[in-house]
Amino acid sequence: MRTRALIARICRQMIRDKRTLALLLAAPLLVLTLMYYILNGGEADNPRIGIVQEDAALAGMLQQAGIDPMLVSEASAEAIERHKLDGVLTFEAGRPALMLENADPAQAKALRMKISQIAALQALDGLGLPVTAAPGIETSYVYGGEESSFFDVLSPILVGFFVFFFVFLISGIGLLRERTTGTLERLMSTPIRRGEVLTGYLAGYGIFAVIQTIIVVMYAVNVLDIPLAGSIWNVLLINLLVALVALSLGILLSTFASSEFQMVQFIPVVVIPQVFFAGILPLDGMADWLQILGKIMPLYYAGDALTGVMYRGEGIGDIVPNLLFLASFAAVFIVLNALALKKYRK
Amino acid sequence: MGIAVQFDRVSKRYGKKTVLQDVTLQMRQGQIYGLIGPSGAGKTTLVKMLVGMERADTGKVNVLGEAMPNLKLLQDIGYMAQSDALYTELTGEENLTFFASLFKLGREAKRERIAYASELVNLSGELGKRVSAYSGGMKRRLSLAVALIQNPRLLILDEPTVGIDPSLRASIWSELLRLKEKEGKTIVVTTHVMDEAARCDYLAMVRDGRILTSGTPRELMAQYDTDNLESVFLAAGGSRR
Repeated sequence: MRTRALIARICRQMIRDKRTLALLLAAPLLVLTLMYYILNGGEADNPRIGIVQEDAALAGMLQQAGIDPMLVSEASAEAIERHKLDGVLTFEAGRPALMLENADPAQAKALRMKISQIAALQALDGLGLPVTAAPGIETSYVYGGEESSFFDVLSPILVGFFVFFFVFLISGIGLLRERTTGTLERLMSTPIRRGEVLTGYLAGYGIFAVIQTIIVVMYAVNVLDIPLAGSIWNVLLINLLVALVALSLGILLSTFASSEFQMVQFIPVVVIPQVFFAGILPLDGMADWLQILGKIMPLYYAGDALTGVMYRGEGIGDIVPNLLFLASFAAVFIVLNALALKKYRK
Repeated sequence: MGIAVQFDRVSKRYGKKTVLQDVTLQMRQGQIYGLIGPSGAGKTTLVKMLVGMERADTGKVNVLGEAMPNLKLLQDIGYMAQSDALYTELTGEENLTFFASLFKLGREAKRERIAYASELVNLSGELGKRVSAYSGGMKRRLSLAVALIQNPRLLILDEPTVGIDPSLRASIWSELLRLKEKEGKTIVVTTHVMDEAARCDYLAMVRDGRILTSGTPRELMAQYDTDNLESVFLAAGGSRR
């Protein structure tokens, strides 16, 4: 009864606060859409490579590899600058030498690999051996397909992250305002039980977290066409747990903040580091202590479960451990919240 | 008349700072008690102990015959905090309805109490407005209405008239006196406004976590050989240096 009154009150407050509601419901869609277009952006232009001597065979091979050759007078930084090249390829006594602009190291590395293949072929040609174009390799993929882009792997994590971030922010600041205006204290001077207060807040903000989660997931899958290999119900289940963790963590951390400003200060400390461990960067290559650190972050489990379901097509059986970890995080935060509420009633 | 509130050798410290030291104080039912003293003297801590928000380190706090903290007892205690703890996005009526739902009140009783409390503080015509559109005085009055919503036997008001204009202050005080006389309520008020202190039945002067002196306003003035409470306040403060 009291819990119901509390839930009704939170819903009413939330609906009156149009801007917060808009932030909760529309902002994740906006950011997700933006990321979608940025990461799925059209094909980049072909890299441009300068060559010093006229060499039709070489030029042909470069073109075949998707590189635009251009005749330049010398191999120098100025030449690269002047002609807006990605590199210059020269041959000195038959030995290839490559000068790269290296503005984007990842691109430069890929370019170097392509060119060394071509140079090797060129060398074979020089020895009078028969040159055949590299045979096309029949490739099959365990997950995704030839069309898979970085966004496909990233988007499940992004969906989870946005649910986490916005629910954390809004529940944290919502509760903080109750603490600073004294309404929480006022509430605790009535015969309401701590359990009722906690249930009321979790359910009240939870309703909006659920709505947000459904909107974000539906939008990502249906509008942005993010590939969904597994079941959408599992995606929703994971995200609901993520929302619960964010909700209980936000409420808990608001205990340690004395203003909205201080609440926002938790973002770089609590939220941002989680992004690094959510699966956007490969965890395998990290130092051992970092890997251990990653395992105390809720988003690590969320990211793994979400990419599992959405990209690798895992079923509920595969994600159970991750779900259990998320549920344990939520349980711990909820218990800590119950303890923190003792501050208001001894 | 029974005892409404009993502090028995109550001490409280926060870390190294002692906020209350060996406070013994008794309040009888159906009277208005004033806790006076400068800011930081420990008035609010005393008041918070009555609502179970603070626990005494040593000593006992009894309210309406039972040891505090006690969740059930909160049904009988109306509390008005120093800050207007109201939900500003909601209307006055929604605030009252929300707080009424937290107490054991039947549907009919709830409606009656909301009507009564809002009438009492002269807000009946403004209940449909959002609290964010209320003036400071209106918020204060709504806070008082919230404190009265469950018809409590004990009313605890922490600086109820701060930021309220004199005419409204007068009307709130006449209402408090009426509640005491007609309904036999016990009222505990903290204040540092001396003309309010003069209207209390009993006063306790709090300073540095101790009760310096207590008694009726007349007794206090006699004790310090003066004819106004302001001098009592200053003399009591001065004697400690």
